[in-house]
Amino acid sequence: MKYAADLHLCPQLDNRANVKVIVERTAELGYTAVGIPVSPKAPQKEAEELKAICSDAGVDYVSRVDLSPRTPGELLRSLRSLRLRTEVIAVKCYSKEVARQAAKDRRVDLISFPLVHPKKRFFDFAETELASEAQAALEVDVAPLLSEQGYRRVNLLSYLRRMTTIAKGRVPIVLSSGATESTLLRTAEDYCSLAYLFGMELHDARQSFSEIPKRVIEQNRRKLSSDFVVPGVYVVRRGKERPES
Amino acid sequence: MRRRYVAAIVVGSRTFAERDVYDAVWTSLVWLFGEVGASQAELYLVKYDEEKGQATFRCSHKALEMVKASIAATTEVANEKASLRMVRVSGTLRSLRTKTASQ
Repeated sequence: MKYAADLHLCPQLDNRANVKVIVERTAELGYTAVGIPVSPKAPQKEAEELKAICSDAGVDYVSRVDLSPRTPGELLRSLRSLRLRTEVIAVKCYSKEVARQAAKDRRVDLISFPLVHPKKRFFDFAETELASEAQAALEVDVAPLLSEQGYRRVNLLSYLRRMTTIAKGRVPIVLSSGATESTLLRTAEDYCSLAYLFGMELHDARQSFSEIPKRVIEQNRRKLSSDFVVPGVYVVRRGKERPES
Repeated sequence: MRRRYVAAIVVGSRTFAERDVYDAVWTSLVWLFGEVGASQAELYLVKYDEEKGQATFRCSHKALEMVKASIAATTEVANEKASLRMVRVSGTLRSLRTKTASQ
C-alpha cells in the first residue's frame, strides 16, 4: 500500500510523550498521514503542536475535530465555526436526529457511531441514503476489535458486519485505528486482515485505508486553500499571471 | 494440498520463547474461529528466531485470511502485551526467504 492514512489516532493529548510515542510508531508502521482529533474549543493551537510532532516523525498531520453534539442545532453551530479551520470533521452520533443531520450536511466528512453502545447504533438504509447524497463517509475504528473480548467482541463483529453490508456500494467506508495506545497499533495491511472478520473484502479494506481517506484529505485541503471559490470553481490563475497571447 | 507461508515479527518489550508465540497465535485463532475453524487452518510454526522475533507460520491456503486475522488480533504473548506484525505471505518457503531478504 503506497499511501496509508490513519485518520483516527486517539492518544491522550495532555501527555505529549505518549502522543510522540504513538506518532513515531505510526510512522514506523508505514503510515503516510495521521489524523489526531483536537479539542473543538482551541483547534488551531493544539493542531500546530501536533503538526510539529508529526513533521518530526515524518508523517503528514491532518487536523481533525470530533464532534459529539446532543442536538442537530448544536451540530450546525459547531460546523459553522469549525469548517473553515479544520481539514476533517467527524461527527459521533449519539442520537438519531444528530445522525440524520450529520448524514445530510455536506460539511461533515465522517460519521461514526459508538460501537460499544448497542442502543446507539443508528446506521441504517435511511442514513446511507442521506450520507451518499452529501458525500459523507462512514468511519469504522478497528482497534476496539483488539481491546474487546468474548461476548462484547462477538457483538461488535456482528454490528460491524451489518454496517458494512448496509454501506457497501452506497457510502464509502474509512477504516481507522482508533488506537489509544501504541500496543493497539498495527500496519494498515494488518488492519485490513482484521476487516476480514466483519466481512470486508481485502480490496475494499485497502481502499478504506488509502484511497478514500486520501480523497477526503485532498478534497478538504483544496477547499481550505485560498484558490477555492465555491464547489466546482477554483482560481486557476490570477489577473497578473495571465499569459500574453 | 496447497499451503501458504506467513512471515511475521513479534513486537514486545522483551524476547519471547517459540512456544509462547505459537500459543498466542493459536489462542487468537481459536478465540476468533473456534475449534472447527482452527482445525481447518492447519497452523504450524515452521521457524522462529528468538533474538530477532521473526516467526514463519505455515497454514492451509484456504485458511490464509483466517490466519492473517488471528496474527493481527494477537495482543498478548506469555501474558504480556505484545503484537505480531505480518511481513510477507508466500507460497513456498524459498520464495518467502528471498522476498523477506530483499526487503
